[in-house]
Amino acid sequence: MRVLIMGCGGVGALVAATLSEEGHEVVVLDPSPESFKHLPEELKRKAVVGDGTLREDLAAVGIDETEVFVAVSSSDTANALASQMAKHVFQVGRVICRINDPANHAMYTELGLDAVSATQVVSHLILEKVNG
Amino acid sequence: MYVIVVGAGDVGYELAKTLLRGDHEVSIIESSQERCDAVNEELGSLVLAGRGSDEAVLKEAGASRAEVFIAVTGSDPDNLAACQMARHRFRVPRTISLVSNAGNEPLFRELGIDVCISSTDVILSRIEEELPRNPLVHIMGIKGSNREVVSIRIPPDAEVIGKSLGEVSMPPDSVISCILKRDGALHAPDADIVLQSEDELVIITTLEQEETLREVLTWVE
Repeated sequence: MRVLIMGCGGVGALVAATLSEEGHEVVVLDPSPESFKHLPEELKRKAVVGDGTLREDLAAVGIDETEVFVAVSSSDTANALASQMAKHVFQVGRVICRINDPANHAMYTELGLDAVSATQVVSHLILEKVNG
Repeated sequence: MYVIVVGAGDVGYELAKTLLRGDHEVSIIESSQERCDAVNEELGSLVLAGRGSDEAVLKEAGASRAEVFIAVTGSDPDNLAACQMARHRFRVPRTISLVSNAGNEPLFRELGIDVCISSTDVILSRIEEELPRNPLVHIMGIKGSNREVVSIRIPPDAEVIGKSLGEVSMPPDSVISCILKRDGALHAPDADIVLQSEDELVIITTLEQEETLREVLTWVE
């Protein structure tokens, strides 16, 4: 499967490395080349400097041939724009979008995005442990 | 009318001032506290500190009673998120967004933003107007379609001069809406109208047909 990952922070790098180990073709996109230091050597070579909220940058990394798009930059609004562009403009089959603010998370889910909120996931896990 | 403006930069600030002069009720949402304080000092307390995509901030601004919501920050993602929040959470009937990256405009339209203003397009069309060599000027896009309104000025020596409208073979998907004759008279399109140099035609067309249209009406032997 060809996967495009926007945002190379802790989450992006870990998702990229894991998927790559599982044998998927992974390309990472981030405006800051320094962020690629989190990546394993092989992914570092293929990583592209660019802004996932720009249509031309997404087109340049071959989003047309991408089956899964993952937006995990640190900005909710950038992730939301990029994901909606991937879904509506480039018709990517699966789009997963990190939305940290739980309030926004509900709205984007209603708008048809597969939104993941770190805040919600972490608090769920903690609550599960609290409740035993 | 109650209007919420997101972003108190140069555009937001001037916009708010103009709206206030027009006796509208205005709130501004601005993320920089420093900028909030500066604008509040000048315009009275109408700036709220916070992000325009933050539901709590929009609630505090009373977004559910706003008739128009205008996002004019320098960030396209922030403008889109703010407008989507206003539209989907607060049912604001009209959302307007500044679009810095012209490539985002079709997406914004598809996602239901009522009006997109691309600063690049505005500047481009102003410059086009001033260039005598370019007889086709983009006036506006039409929401929810790939159609646009353009204006074409018939150049001197164009092949179509002297032909009636009925004799001009227009490309598909292109309809003349009106003709502004050189003498200033405005006409509805009529097959008998004879084209003269410097006549201006307002036409609804598509991006794909634009070039053909330009060729048909401005071709010089």
